Amino acid sequence: MTQAILFVFFILGGTALLSWPLGRYMHWAMDPANGQGNPNGFTRLFQNIGGSLTRPEQDWKRYVVSLLGFNTVLFVVCFAILALQQYLPLNPDAKGAIEGSLNFNTTASFVANTNLQHYSGEVVMSYFSQLAALMWLQFVSAAVGLAALAALARGLAGRKLGNFFVDVQRATFLVLLPAAFIVAILLLTTGVPMTFNGSVIATTLEGVQQTIARGPVAAFVSIKQLGTNGGGFFGPNSTHPLENPTFWSNVVQTVSIIIIPMACVWMFGRIIGRMKHAAVLFTVMLILMGARIAGAITFESVPTQAFTGLPITQDVGNLEGKELRFGASAGPLWAVVTTSTSNGSVNAMHDSLNPLTGMMPMIGMWLNEDFGGVGVGMVNMFMYIIVGVFIAGMMIGRTPEYLGWRVEAKEVKFAMMGLLSHGFFILVGTAIFAVTPWGAATLNNIGPHGFSEILYEFSSSAANNGSGFEGLGDNTVAWNIATGLVMLFARFIPIILPLAIVGSLSAKRRATESAGTLSVEDGTFAGMLTATVIIVGALTFFPAATLGPIAEHVTFMK
Amino acid sequence: METLISSLRITVATMAICVGGYSAAVWAVGQAITPDTAEASIITRQDGTVIGSRQVAQAFTSPQYFWPRPSAVDYNGAGAGGSNKSPTSTDLTERAAATVTAYGATPENPLPAELAAASGGGLDPHISERAALYQVPRIAQARNMPAQQLEKLIGEKAFAPGGVFTADKIVNVLEINLALDNVPVR
Repeated sequence: MTQAILFVFFILGGTALLSWPLGRYMHWAMDPANGQGNPNGFTRLFQNIGGSLTRPEQDWKRYVVSLLGFNTVLFVVCFAILALQQYLPLNPDAKGAIEGSLNFNTTASFVANTNLQHYSGEVVMSYFSQLAALMWLQFVSAAVGLAALAALARGLAGRKLGNFFVDVQRATFLVLLPAAFIVAILLLTTGVPMTFNGSVIATTLEGVQQTIARGPVAAFVSIKQLGTNGGGFFGPNSTHPLENPTFWSNVVQTVSIIIIPMACVWMFGRIIGRMKHAAVLFTVMLILMGARIAGAITFESVPTQAFTGLPITQDVGNLEGKELRFGASAGPLWAVVTTSTSNGSVNAMHDSLNPLTGMMPMIGMWLNEDFGGVGVGMVNMFMYIIVGVFIAGMMIGRTPEYLGWRVEAKEVKFAMMGLLSHGFFILVGTAIFAVTPWGAATLNNIGPHGFSEILYEFSSSAANNGSGFEGLGDNTVAWNIATGLVMLFARFIPIILPLAIVGSLSAKRRATESAGTLSVEDGTFAGMLTATVIIVGALTFFPAATLGPIAEHVTFMK
Repeated sequence: METLISSLRITVATMAICVGGYSAAVWAVGQAITPDTAEASIITRQDGTVIGSRQVAQAFTSPQYFWPRPSAVDYNGAGAGGSNKSPTSTDLTERAAATVTAYGATPENPLPAELAAASGGGLDPHISERAALYQVPRIAQARNMPAQQLEKLIGEKAFAPGGVFTADKIVNVLEINLALDNVPVR
């Protein structure tokens, strides 16, 4: 247990420290010289690549239209590559055609930075599909999130939002590409494969044939983690010994999951010029995530319930679905971190977590803001801030303000629509699939755990997370269409609405902050924000949690 | 229309650099610095036939070998996966009961839990040091070999995967079985 605690502090502390210089770098990359002065060499290069539309500064509507247009192109290109993979190169294992609804789901999933996978990579995808369709989207979909956050922050700083086409290239080429290259090299040194040769057929020591799938894994896994994508090269993701071969590859990947979302908070603070405010947000996020990590490690140290009564030792925690090389706390730590950040990769099977441990990732996806996905996590937190500031203003009888902008009914309505749409997709989706064969016929476990499988799948889709209770037989037309649509709506609604809020705020006159203004840099604000997140975010889902993980724990755990 | 053109131009640029350039660069570095693991740590006999991958578990059922952890996919290296069963599931109890029988575990000599629990990918190449020691009597009998010799081998092969961060040592099953058989490999 001492080692477990040491390990958690090593990972979280180390990443938090690293996120500071990275946030500084990302500020330089995304918003050079705070938009003042002449465009630098990179900006001019990106304008040349992107064409005439990249030159004007955009208002929120133009920014959103560009963003949606770009994503439409991403969708079409990815869908086409997957649809034609059997005719395309780099297919040494001769993978065949991909079924239409699975293609729709996969394309929606990777465009939406979700990486929910209703397929196993090593079974279904050619190397070309893995790299040119899926890994490509792992870069550019994460870049879209970073662009949205940069635009939001600029608007709050009282400036024009910038230009989407320049922002998305800055995020891709200046932030994600160098980071991915460094992490890929680190992964290579820990033993992750990177080959274009097809699978190997071995004759084992006992004389049995074993086919071993491999491929260009290191490049893929690096950006999968850094871009909060999470889609695995192999079916069982980072539990697979070729995707995550050692303790140290696991460390590199855990850090990579969380570092850019952490740095996003600092980048936001630098663009709005309020680092103290950013520090308060960072602390709130760290506390919310830390609480779930503590919960997960505690609940997961309970032995596997199914083994009681058998002559099996009861002296280690639940090891079903876990790898031994990562150490005891690595599974629950990763489970929380990957769902805090909308990453969705796994290094342990979430379906086999103890019931209350399995609830911790779900809570992470329900809140979806600490630290959240690349860029979009902070954007989600912004909606909670708007609601929190509004409630605080009502309570003390002052006009609610955020950074000097007057928050009024229109902005709060947009923020609430954004937050409530999340609950709507999860709860309505779960309800429909729980009472119809669409969901009920696809379960791998019975009783409340089966309900949890459905609840988790919709939570994961709506949070653009991508992890799953993978026992669920989710490659059906109903699941593919339903979760595909949820992922797309849940991706773009919480990007469009916050930008609309900023558009509406910045059309007003900005007040100067005075002694009478509610501070956003002190403990009162931190407490208010935490309470808003818990009351608005978590309580919405409490009844559903009672039917799933809590019911399972109370009924079966002795 | 302009949106479409700009989007397509950026698509071409990102595709060329982030897919083409980046993949090629990572591949080249891999071939240069880690040529063995870059190809998935394949183990080959002197005559060129492939035994398996150092990193991937393979099935062992004969008594003279160390056995790996259970696999929900029967050690399928081309379609990995876990059981995805809840730890409260009776299916798990039934599977574990079969494992207990295979090992002949008794309440006086209970099976280490890691030998009853299947790994996430079904390909975990390791068992814990105590799980290896647990199998010594069976292997010693089958090979007609002194137990001390096996224990010594386990001591040599066991390692702490994360140094100070991991309390329990682990053993690579394929590697220790290769050492048992004394198979010459390339």
